[in-house]
Amino acid sequence: MTTPAEKDIVIKVENLTKRFGDFTAVNQISFEVNKGEIFGFLGANGAGKTTAMKMLIGILNPTSGKANVAGFDIYNQPEQIKRNIGYMSQKFSLYEDLTIAENINFFGGIYGLNDDEIKFKSEELLTKLNFHAIKNNLVSSLPLGWKQKLAFSLAIFHSPKIVFLDEPTSGVDPITRRQFWDLIYEASHNGITVFVTTHYMDEAEYCNRISIMVDGEIKALDSPKELKNNFQIDSIDDIFYLLARKAKRIE
Amino acid sequence: MNAIEIINISKTYKSKTKTITALNNISLEIKEGELFGLIGPDGAGKSSLFRILATVLLPDVGSAKILNYDVIKNFKNIRKLIGYMPGRFSLYQDLSVEENLKFFATIFETTIEENYDLISDIYKQIEPFKNRRAGKLSGGMKQKLALSCALIHKPKILLLDEPTTGVDPVSRKEFWEILKKLKSQGITILVSTPYMDEANLCDRIALIQNGKILDVDLPENIVNKFDKDIFSVASDNMFLLLNDLRNYSHTLSCFAFGDSHHLVIERNKADENLLIQYLSRHKNLSVKKIEPTIEDCFMQMLQSEN
Amino acid sequence: MKQLISFIQKEFYHILRDKRSLLILLGLPIVQLLLFGFAITTEVRNAKIVIFDNSKDLVTQQIISKIQHNKYFILDKTINHPNQIEDAFKEGKIRLAIIFQNNFQNDLLHNNKAQIQIIADATDPNQATTLINYISSIINDFQQDLYNQNKIPYTIKTEFRMLYNPQLKGAYSSVPGVMGMILLLISAMMTSISIVRERETGTMEVLLVSPMKPWFVVLSKVIPYFVISIINVITILLLSVFVLGMPIKGSILLLAFSTLLYIFCALSLGVLISTIADTQQAAMIISIIGLMLPVVMLSGYAFPIANMPELLQIISNVVPAKWYIIIVKSIMLKGLGFSDVFDELIILTFMTLVFLLISIKRFKVRL
Repeated sequence: MTTPAEKDIVIKVENLTKRFGDFTAVNQISFEVNKGEIFGFLGANGAGKTTAMKMLIGILNPTSGKANVAGFDIYNQPEQIKRNIGYMSQKFSLYEDLTIAENINFFGGIYGLNDDEIKFKSEELLTKLNFHAIKNNLVSSLPLGWKQKLAFSLAIFHSPKIVFLDEPTSGVDPITRRQFWDLIYEASHNGITVFVTTHYMDEAEYCNRISIMVDGEIKALDSPKELKNNFQIDSIDDIFYLLARKAKRIE
Repeated sequence: MNAIEIINISKTYKSKTKTITALNNISLEIKEGELFGLIGPDGAGKSSLFRILATVLLPDVGSAKILNYDVIKNFKNIRKLIGYMPGRFSLYQDLSVEENLKFFATIFETTIEENYDLISDIYKQIEPFKNRRAGKLSGGMKQKLALSCALIHKPKILLLDEPTTGVDPVSRKEFWEILKKLKSQGITILVSTPYMDEANLCDRIALIQNGKILDVDLPENIVNKFDKDIFSVASDNMFLLLNDLRNYSHTLSCFAFGDSHHLVIERNKADENLLIQYLSRHKNLSVKKIEPTIEDCFMQMLQSEN
Repeated sequence: MKQLISFIQKEFYHILRDKRSLLILLGLPIVQLLLFGFAITTEVRNAKIVIFDNSKDLVTQQIISKIQHNKYFILDKTINHPNQIEDAFKEGKIRLAIIFQNNFQNDLLHNNKAQIQIIADATDPNQATTLINYISSIINDFQQDLYNQNKIPYTIKTEFRMLYNPQLKGAYSSVPGVMGMILLLISAMMTSISIVRERETGTMEVLLVSPMKPWFVVLSKVIPYFVISIINVITILLLSVFVLGMPIKGSILLLAFSTLLYIFCALSLGVLISTIADTQQAAMIISIIGLMLPVVMLSGYAFPIANMPELLQIISNVVPAKWYIIIVKSIMLKGLGFSDVFDELIILTFMTLVFLLISIKRFKVRL
């Protein structure tokens, strides 16, 4: 957050491009994400979502273009970016062979919180998730939905400015999926920006704004309501279908 | 005639630390020519059921028949009749599209040419990439190839375990269109999915959770059986709205459903006007009484289970 | 049959397309052998020696001067007491000590016989052998000269002693060890991994459901690695003979037969492992801990079995590589025949049958 004018913008992307050889995975995308916003990043398999996300979280260098995440430049300050964001992928969740408490301590530790902070925050977390009674249970014994809740809570354990979620609800039952979104809402309400990809189109509706990526380009970007107005189509599902069907690329 | 009959099947997995009941006394009948959906989230027991039907897993209790062959005693006969696509089936990543298909054709004692008409609709879509390694295909393409491989020996029954999981919505739609076509060719299809919105695309569905079948019926009957009132509510502040609705005295449950929240209350306890009154502090409020979706029904069943 | 061929073809695709593994499969034996072969230079120059001359007569002077003029040797010093020999070796400067007995000239001229003792530092066995060969040929030359002059057949008897490594363990004896290890690694580990991989990717379920017989699956997994193993055996043998200069004293046919038997044994072990392991990593760990370690530690490849504690000696009997290495040594180095390795062959055959039986029993037609 450098100047007052940009105060509310936590992600600013300008003409970001990534080429692998002669293949342009991400082609000149530009967008901004505001503080506390839930930003849905949609696209078919192979549209370039994952590549774009990897650049934003500082683990992949762009070919060209600019991007600023949480106030830091993705080229020069990837380490600062990593300290100010949380990340949760559908694959990575937690250490299954550690207990809930051990996982919490571990993640607190790698984010550099001191012992008192970890103690205070883990109490808070256990209370919020109602995990006190089971804090010494192995994570492997938890139902999937609980694991995901814990994983999300740990992704925002260090109070990051932005949390990136990569298909966080794949295959989860509908109630747990909603409960997960409750957590997202709450995080957003507390000022954490949420950047999320999903294959569930109803979840796209929960986002303040969504972008739809096709063949490495952003083909639509607006609030779900405005998109529906502009396209004169009353479901995001159909808008997505309309746009993504035109995709040429098969990755 | 029933293509698949499942009678009182149970299956548990034991490890040192815990016992997991994957299937708990399941019975099902699937008619010939039906497109039958097994709907439930991960860990509901879908894959175990598929494995038992595909004769690669033995049930602890109970029996099952496919076209009158017993899955335990006559497993060899069954293996000739079914096309099975396991969950997370990944083909051979380092073989090309064509090599994969050829390989599966050969081990099922047939050739691509012999059964080309059956798979042509699907295969035509991936044929331009036939020299590409399977590992380099997109999720949707992979599933189409896997389906082609499962179809290559003209099975009478298709067992598809979560073919659309992790696949983008466009590819999912295309995949279901293919299934419809296959059904019209007389193939019985048992398909599982965690996506509730796919339930309406099936002839009949079974809702499954924690190894138990919650209900089996036509999708529309499941919706009709819903005995609560359900409202779709939206406003400018969806987060506050959700909290307000959950605190409403008649609320049984309230969950976000895309651009609105679905509020479930007992029959005739409230109407739109009462709700609008209760939510008067919200701007741009809209309250509508609606028909439930399969997902609403499933969630209601889950809640009454607990 | 067509199923089987197409399956085997697929396996070869897997192997040939994984360039890195292929390189390891085919390159590992070469690297292993060359490491042993070229860590040891076969030609030795300027090796320092000491001479302890008890006789100090004309003949010994002649021989010493001949040795001194040879480019391979440098006389470090002449010593006067036998105790100094060991000290000289311990300083590590010298490679060889030559000891002339008392009355050398006298014995040679009057009894037509005299003795030289040669002690070599065999920590580098190849070098020691080479040096001894040089010395022998110098002494032979000298003998020949004497004969040409006098027409009397004088014999100079050379007695060799190897210090530190009396069995001359080194390149030669490492070849059987490398064969025992590489074949086991490729046949057992790679086979088990490739079977388990099918299970991991879900393709095994489809294969089981197919009309293909389960043992076809096993056979198709085994054959490609069988072929690669044979290629490796041929590379190893060619390298040993032509690069390391190691002879095959016994029958090549017998060697080939025993090797095939050992490969079968390793392949059946691989199938057995695949029925136990659930993941590729597990298969690899079982192969390394269950197979590689015993081969290295217990087969006599790295440590002589005779020096092991009794318990380990007993355990070493169940390591197939131990028996194979004995067979290969007997055939290649000692030139022994079928009847001499008969017992070991029977043991290997028995082991193979046991492994096969267990794997067939354990190989499930279901998950």
